[in-house]
Amino acid sequence: MEIKQDFVELKMKESATIFDIEKIRKDFPILHQNINGKPLVYLDNAASTQKPMSVINAISAYYMTINANIHRGIHTLSEKATTEYELTRATIRSFVNAKHTEEVIFTKGTTEAINLVAATYGRQNVKKGDEIIISALEHHSNMVPWQMLAGETGALLKIIPINDAGELIIEDYKKLLNKKTKLVSVAHASNTLGTINPIKEIIGLAHEHGAKVLIDGAQAAAHLIVDVQDFDADFYAFSSHKIYGPTGVGVLYGKKELLEAMPPYQGGGEMIKEVTYEGFTYNDLPYKFEAGTPNIADTIALKTAIDYINYWGKEAIRNYEHEILAYATRKLSAIKGLRIIGEAKEKVGIISFVLNGIHHQDAGIILDHEGIAVRTGHHCTQPLMGRYKISGTSRASFALYNTKEEVDILVDGINKVMRMFA
Amino acid sequence: MTINETQDNIINDFSLFDEWDEKYGYIIELGKKLPQLNEEYKTDDYKIKGCQSQVWLHPYLQDGKIFFDGDSDAIIVKGLVSLLIKILSGHKPEEIANADLYFMEKIGMQQHLSITRSNGLASMVKQMKLYAIAYTTKLTS
Repeated sequence: MEIKQDFVELKMKESATIFDIEKIRKDFPILHQNINGKPLVYLDNAASTQKPMSVINAISAYYMTINANIHRGIHTLSEKATTEYELTRATIRSFVNAKHTEEVIFTKGTTEAINLVAATYGRQNVKKGDEIIISALEHHSNMVPWQMLAGETGALLKIIPINDAGELIIEDYKKLLNKKTKLVSVAHASNTLGTINPIKEIIGLAHEHGAKVLIDGAQAAAHLIVDVQDFDADFYAFSSHKIYGPTGVGVLYGKKELLEAMPPYQGGGEMIKEVTYEGFTYNDLPYKFEAGTPNIADTIALKTAIDYINYWGKEAIRNYEHEILAYATRKLSAIKGLRIIGEAKEKVGIISFVLNGIHHQDAGIILDHEGIAVRTGHHCTQPLMGRYKISGTSRASFALYNTKEEVDILVDGINKVMRMFA
Repeated sequence: MTINETQDNIINDFSLFDEWDEKYGYIIELGKKLPQLNEEYKTDDYKIKGCQSQVWLHPYLQDGKIFFDGDSDAIIVKGLVSLLIKILSGHKPEEIANADLYFMEKIGMQQHLSITRSNGLASMVKQMKLYAIAYTTKLTS
């Protein structure tokens, strides 16, 4: 009875959390500083998000109180560190709604997670003449590992094209699928265009042909609800540092039966059950894929980042960021000589743009002097730049702590760029 | 004029600007004024690889001195290229090879030579010196 009461209270407390932007901004100490004499306007969140104080504190707390190597020690500190480390895994299980905790594998980041699948599942299952499908808007991290695998195995890499708005052309995707398709790997959201891909449909279609699907969730995990069971994703990868957590940690979700059938990725400690001079047997999931001492401190602090997201709620975050995106899109569209690259109907808070006759690097230098951090360049999507016949863009990407006032400062900054290069 | 005299003149010019945007405005003007490099030199052979902007550098030897033409698709970098050409072009190979380019720091543009800017400018300075060293060897052999 008592437990039930607590639960009700907790639920009420959750729903009563008001999206308090002032409070949120206070939680991120880095935001409160001047850059080149101007208040920092941080709009490079697609590259990396800032960290709330709770995450920063969690890292020091780990080193100050429980630092020890995990899983092996019998002493108290090792046990405490192990418990905390495994608590992050359990938290991620619920964050992505995986069925089993051991379906959550820790990696260095999204890139390593994708490489892990290519090197294990890929090498084991993709043969000469087989086909792998990716899309035209993939980050190099979700392109190069497959090019490498295709090169090694003699498989064929096919590309789902996009329309001018930056949306995948699903009709064309259907035509690419056939019984030779072994793997489909697409982004949940595009890092350059912001496009949210219809991954549930993409996965469903692939499964009809017996192909497995990896979703690169790097740009989605902080902004969209991730439910791997609802998506029926075979693999889902994302990075801690893009969801307000520390750098150097990533997550690979994989369906248990797939992970169990896959060979290990790297050899070493932790991933083995027994080693003799003649050979070894490997450990159970998830440790089979986690050779060597992992990034313990940052993995533990990642839990705090997820707690932070959960505190405000994914839905509230999504609604707020959507409002900022809509406002920014309207404001930027009104600037003469500015063209937005990526106008999909469904987008995360990313706006790429080009300025008439002005190199993106020039724009970036001037904006930086105004205290505005945007990313300029090809955003690790060179083939996509080719698709739009541009060498690069300037990109503003939003997180839960950005405000409409900051969008206004960006607009003033862009107008200044226009004046200076006129 | 020696390399250092030209640098000192440039430092003097820049000391007249109070605001960063005036300084950049001037560099942008220099970038716009720098004649475009002949298309025949805008090839990979003359390209200095940078991550975001492209820089081309065409050196040639005349009467024992090295001359440079250069270009970039980004205007600020092109303006800085224009300054580098003004300082180094027309000097003897050994003078260029040994030049201490202190003007960048003095005019507050040092950050554009840093590796993180990945704009090819640092590689360009290195390339200019490498050409100078190569020509020195060529002239003495």
